[in-house]
Amino acid sequence: MSNTVLTIANLHAELRAGRKTGPGILRNVSLTVHQGEMHGLVGESGAGKSMIARAILGILPRSILISDGSIDCLGRQMVGLADSDRRKILGRDISLIPQDPLTALNPARRIGAQMTDVMRLHLGWSRARAHDAALALLNEVHIRDAEAVLRRYPHELSGGMRQRVLIATAFACEPKLIIADEPTTALDVTVQKQILRLLREMQNRHGTAILLVTHDLGVVAKMCRSLSVIHSGMIVEQGEVSDIVTRPEHAFTRALFAATPRYDRPADALSPVPGEVVRELEEKAATFDRARAGLS
Amino acid sequence: MGAFLLRRAVEAALTLIGVAIVVFVLVRVVPGDPIAMMISPGASEADIQALRALYGLDKSILAQFFIWAGHAVTGDFGTSISLRQNVVSLILSRLPATLELAAAATALAVALGVVFAVLGIMWSRRFPEKIIDGFNGVVLAIPDFIWALAFILLFGVLFPLAPISGRIDPRIEFEFVTNFYFVEALLRGEIAVLADLFAHGWMPALALGLPLAAIITRVLKGSLDQAMVEDYVTMARVKGFGRLRIVVGEALQNAAIPALTITGVQFTFLVGGTVLIEKIFSYPGIGNLAIDAVINRDLPLIQGLIVTFAVIFIFVNLSVDMMYALLNPRLRHG
Ligand SMILES: Nc1ncnc2c1ncn2[C@@H]1O[C@H](COP(=O)(O)OP(=O)(O)OP(=O)(O)O)[C@@H](O)[C@H]1O
Ligand SMILES: [Mg+2]
Repeated sequence: MSNTVLTIANLHAELRAGRKTGPGILRNVSLTVHQGEMHGLVGESGAGKSMIARAILGILPRSILISDGSIDCLGRQMVGLADSDRRKILGRDISLIPQDPLTALNPARRIGAQMTDVMRLHLGWSRARAHDAALALLNEVHIRDAEAVLRRYPHELSGGMRQRVLIATAFACEPKLIIADEPTTALDVTVQKQILRLLREMQNRHGTAILLVTHDLGVVAKMCRSLSVIHSGMIVEQGEVSDIVTRPEHAFTRALFAATPRYDRPADALSPVPGEVVRELEEKAATFDRARAGLS
Repeated sequence: MGAFLLRRAVEAALTLIGVAIVVFVLVRVVPGDPIAMMISPGASEADIQALRALYGLDKSILAQFFIWAGHAVTGDFGTSISLRQNVVSLILSRLPATLELAAAATALAVALGVVFAVLGIMWSRRFPEKIIDGFNGVVLAIPDFIWALAFILLFGVLFPLAPISGRIDPRIEFEFVTNFYFVEALLRGEIAVLADLFAHGWMPALALGLPLAAIITRVLKGSLDQAMVEDYVTMARVKGFGRLRIVVGEALQNAAIPALTITGVQFTFLVGGTVLIEKIFSYPGIGNLAIDAVINRDLPLIQGLIVTFAVIFIFVNLSVDMMYALLNPRLRHG
């Protein structure tokens, strides 16, 4: 167990509906991320991927409540953790690469200030030392003229550049775990590839574990060693990428593969996930909610 | 920047001309005769006509305007009819008092407004937020002169804490070089004089500033609330920053832009408010002067004062626009 950075066990989250238990958002989710590995979390839009990410970080919407289960991150229980304790972990041991680099940077603050603040907070570094570290990080993410970029405001950088800045910042305090919630969805296709390549390069160099949230199985197949497939807030398949790609067990995963574009297959060969597969999963989710409602 | 300033200068000139024309005509068509205010009861018709001719009031309004405007562009606004002094030097000697009062009121309003907006957000969705909102709603409904009267009753009469009239204790022996008493006392390090200025100034400044403080609180709290759900705020949370640091360090600057707009607009009312407040506290500024000028139908003085107020508004608007650029880096270039 010593080499796991994140263990989610039997996590339940539901929509708060007065005193009653609302519909489930996450249903019995279990997931493990080992030291230094990249774990893919795949699922369709609305499956609950971001909710898992937010649950780990403790930034779930007010209306959503964790009703059961545990999130163990580096030996600390994140569910119900006091805010002051959580703040010591966030940014230092866990960091986030957000989905939309256009809105994730503060328009009123310079890039340099937004990169160095986290190091000054957690590592207690001086302005000068954090500045030098930020320069080195920008070089690592292949930003030229780093000194000038640190003085810029977000609106002066392209989307791809901003995502590079955010990736660099995520690595600033050498965290043990980085959560990347669809880090390329907001970017255009050519930039997406560069950013993914960069993410893997950074991960190899720093040995950081990454939970890569995406709806693209193709990306997971290329980037990750292990993966979890999620639908309707339930994990439907989990394991090593090499196993699952060759022998997907669940009909949903097979359908997801069939729906993933590949260079060796014409686009019109893509088929959507069949209705009956989705219906079966939703049926299962409803049964699950009924069982829990009876339980509470 | 050069083109911007030039455009603003042209706008300012047009505004001033417009204000001058409107005021010139207005003060001459409303009832009331400056000559009637200054003559003794037994004056003959010939005396009245002579006075009228002396002040040029026998000419047509158009002719009067061009004579006045011709002098005004050279900086000569004539002589006050009731005080028999040069209008420009009269206004310049009183203006610093009003500027200091308005600046103090604005500073108080901004400080109170920002503090209560930030506190309200800090306590968002908890009980103290309701207290702040409720209290703010009450303050929002009370005009400045009511505060002035309430302060006088409370701290002047009921619990005599502070002097309720004037700008400075006349017994204080201190030779001011300028009429910016506060700035001067501060620069020369005169603690006793400063203390007396404070004692005289806090009530009028607070009365003037409170309505603006309430408006700033309301607007700023609303825009802070919106800013707190932005992605960059989530990022700051995920970096491990505490709530106060996030509200002040991340959200405030972005949220300040709408609040600044409303502050700029409301500042006009604040300056207008000095007229009544200065009268109530016998504070020797141009507001007080304006009331006397109107009572005496002192046309040259009224005109000079109105132009002064217009110039103040133009400068305030200009500095508000400059502050936008300061708050929003996207406006800084081009
Ligand atoms: N603020 C909220 N309050 C209540 N329910 C929400 C809220 N946000 C999302 N949900 C619901 O939670 C479920 C999971 O949403 P989530 O954002 O985790 O999806 P996702 O897998 O990240 O999808 P996407 O690929 O679109 O980002 C969805 O069914 C959604 O309707
Ligand atoms: Mg999502």
